[in-house]
Amino acid sequence: MQFLQIHEPGETPLPHEQERGLAVGIDLGTTNSVVAIARQGKTEVIRDAAGSALVPSVVAYGEDGVVRVGEAARRELEYQPETVVSSIKRLMGRGAEDVKTLGGTLPYELGPPAEGGMVRLKIGERVVSPVEVSADILRTLKDRTEIALGQNVDRAVITVPAYFDDAARTATRDAARLAGLEVLRLVNEPTAAALAYGLDSGSEGLYAIYDLGGGTFDFSLLRLEKGVFQVLATGGDAALGGDDFDHAIAERFFKERGGTVSADDTKQMLMVAREAKETLSEQPTWSARIAIGDVQSSHTLDRATLESVIAPWLDRTLTICRGVLEDAGVEPAALGGIVLVGGSTRTLLVRRKVAEFFGREPLADINPDEVVAVGAALQAEALTAGSDTLLLDVTPLSLGLETMGGLVEKIIDRNTPIPVAKAQEFTTYQDGQTAMAIHVVQGEREMVDQCRSLGRFELHGIPPMVAGAARIRVSFAVDADGLLTVSAQEKTTGVEAGIAVKPSYGLSEDEMAEMLRASIDNAREDMDRRLLAEARVEARRAVNAVSSALVADGDLLNAVERGAIDQAVAAVEKAISGNDRDAIGASVEVLEQATQQFAERRMDRGIRAALAGRHVDQLR
Amino acid sequence: MTGSGAGAPASCWSCAGPVDAALPFCPTCRAVQPPRPLDHFARLGLPVDFALNIAELDRRYFALQRQLHPDRFATKTARERAISQSQAVSLNEAYEALKDPLERAIYLLKIKGVDANPDGCHTVKDPTLLMEQMERREALMEASTPSAIEALAREAASHVSESEAAIAAAFAAGDLDGAGRETTRLKYLVKLLEEARARKARLTAERSSAA
Ligand SMILES: [Zn+2]
Repeated sequence: MQFLQIHEPGETPLPHEQERGLAVGIDLGTTNSVVAIARQGKTEVIRDAAGSALVPSVVAYGEDGVVRVGEAARRELEYQPETVVSSIKRLMGRGAEDVKTLGGTLPYELGPPAEGGMVRLKIGERVVSPVEVSADILRTLKDRTEIALGQNVDRAVITVPAYFDDAARTATRDAARLAGLEVLRLVNEPTAAALAYGLDSGSEGLYAIYDLGGGTFDFSLLRLEKGVFQVLATGGDAALGGDDFDHAIAERFFKERGGTVSADDTKQMLMVAREAKETLSEQPTWSARIAIGDVQSSHTLDRATLESVIAPWLDRTLTICRGVLEDAGVEPAALGGIVLVGGSTRTLLVRRKVAEFFGREPLADINPDEVVAVGAALQAEALTAGSDTLLLDVTPLSLGLETMGGLVEKIIDRNTPIPVAKAQEFTTYQDGQTAMAIHVVQGEREMVDQCRSLGRFELHGIPPMVAGAARIRVSFAVDADGLLTVSAQEKTTGVEAGIAVKPSYGLSEDEMAEMLRASIDNAREDMDRRLLAEARVEARRAVNAVSSALVADGDLLNAVERGAIDQAVAAVEKAISGNDRDAIGASVEVLEQATQQFAERRMDRGIRAALAGRHVDQLR
Repeated sequence: MTGSGAGAPASCWSCAGPVDAALPFCPTCRAVQPPRPLDHFARLGLPVDFALNIAELDRRYFALQRQLHPDRFATKTARERAISQSQAVSLNEAYEALKDPLERAIYLLKIKGVDANPDGCHTVKDPTLLMEQMERREALMEASTPSAIEALAREAASHVSESEAAIAAAFAAGDLDGAGRETTRLKYLVKLLEEARARKARLTAERSSAA
């Protein structure tokens, strides 16, 4: 196995990194967001002047046109609740129809949906999409880091719940783009937590990550071994979290006080409910006298009551844990430990129930609010500066196609390691059929209407044949970010159709371009800088290739030929040091032409050597 | 595959020089090369054999992913990123096919020219196997407590191990027919075990929600 040694692990030193800004790790949470950075394996969570790392995921769109994010936005809840948006993560990648099924009183007023059906909120005179709200949060995190470190930040690893579907992942990516951040990778939250935890503790073996955030629940089973973090199975619920506790408590309080309830009342009562919940992690009882709207009321809550209110949700999380363990064929006793992640695991009943279920105390010695961002920062460093650790993740949900009778044909099963590509052949079911509708769905159920629809497209131009004669190959590819691309081809004629599955509720390219224009003045500049950086990477690749070839086979050239190539190389190097993208591209093209004959001679030599090698083998 | 004698060299997309077709990196400029059509064993540098050391499989898979995973190419050129993705896809495909004994048996039969009929639930010609499986399935349907199902699952699990050993012995003896027959049996046993686990999970969940 000689090829194992050719390229040493970790040997991806990246020269000229200083041309780019910093790469950060971002935990874009339902309730709070956190940003962190890693340098030489040392992580630093970015904090405000008061030492707090948590930026509330709250945005206020003031009537004065000012956008406030974080604490400043949360303070507005008291004065102008109608301008404030919170828990936006729950709406990422959702359509207006989905939102109706989310249940509960949403503390938003919905506006007209976007072209693609994506839900939008009405805030006073403004209409904003969840992507824009998330972009405002991301922009604040970016600014905060730039001010704290005095350096430009232009790339990020952003975490998403493992159970986020394709639509929500795409929406997150779009939000980053709007905020002027290049997404190096979307990493699943439990995997990021495991990375931070594993590197910190040097643990090996099987670990379970129980991640209960504000709006999402994830449970992942990982194997940690010598720097490899291999996800074995994952499960969860993208609409289950501490928010549900708050809603249940708020509902209880509204019942106690009576009267009508407006959307703004709900926002304020949710704040009270959260405060009650958090207090009860420290103290056995909580009570307060509050004034919401025109109604004054007093409420008390004790820990036992809180626990009976939230128990049903915790039982649901444990059912998911059981399913994941069964899926992987792992007994709880085989686990090296259970790591608690997410602010909602501070609730005492969560700890008690998890301990009871797994028959051991969970590990909670790491800060559950910050560990995900720290893991993301470590991954950002690994991606830009190289690292010995490796994350191997899986698809959280099965991906498939609608077939006859509304049934789902699964193409990629859940818990398949990514990246992955799979294809399946289908055929026509009517004589002379010339088009085929392809409906891509995600989920575990057998019926299409019980799965999530990711997108539809049509393959046209199938030559008329008898039913069953056409061979239509549909290919699914999921990249390392968990994003899906689907394409279809009729094999007997080669007719092709493809889409990067733009989720039913996503932004169109035009909408995206429009938002980019409207939202940041320097978007164009950002884009130019990025393209220039890419052109330089490509040019350096070409110079490196030619230099290596000259070292290996330089004797194939006479002095004149060598001089011409050296000159072309020098021209590329000169272009790289300038800022003209087109000049760089042109110089690389010239270099490629200048080395064409050299390449041919090298191939001839290689073929002769291979033939000679075979001849020697045969003699033995 | 040891890299030598694998036929005429391909041309490196980056430096245009010769590359041995089995190598994932160009020996001259070190650029990552697109995955070549190799069988799953060769891709992971393992001997073509059913009796496979899982720890060795993991070791090879991790070592190759360390070099080829897209995370290693995040700041490289678009072309290198795309190639590394196809390399990682091929590695994952090979790993998934070899990791699971049933999948490995089916794959090995396939490359040895025997179609193990992966969806052949309807074409079992072996009446003894059919009877055996029907009896087990009935027993599972009748079991109504988690502990009764657990006992059946344990029994199925031990049959699975026996069947895997029988497949290994058949392959070792070069008995492809025997390996094929036993693979069909393993397919049933694995399915039964899955059903038992699913049924137990359902029952446990029902009980805990009723409590
Ligand atoms: Zn090369």
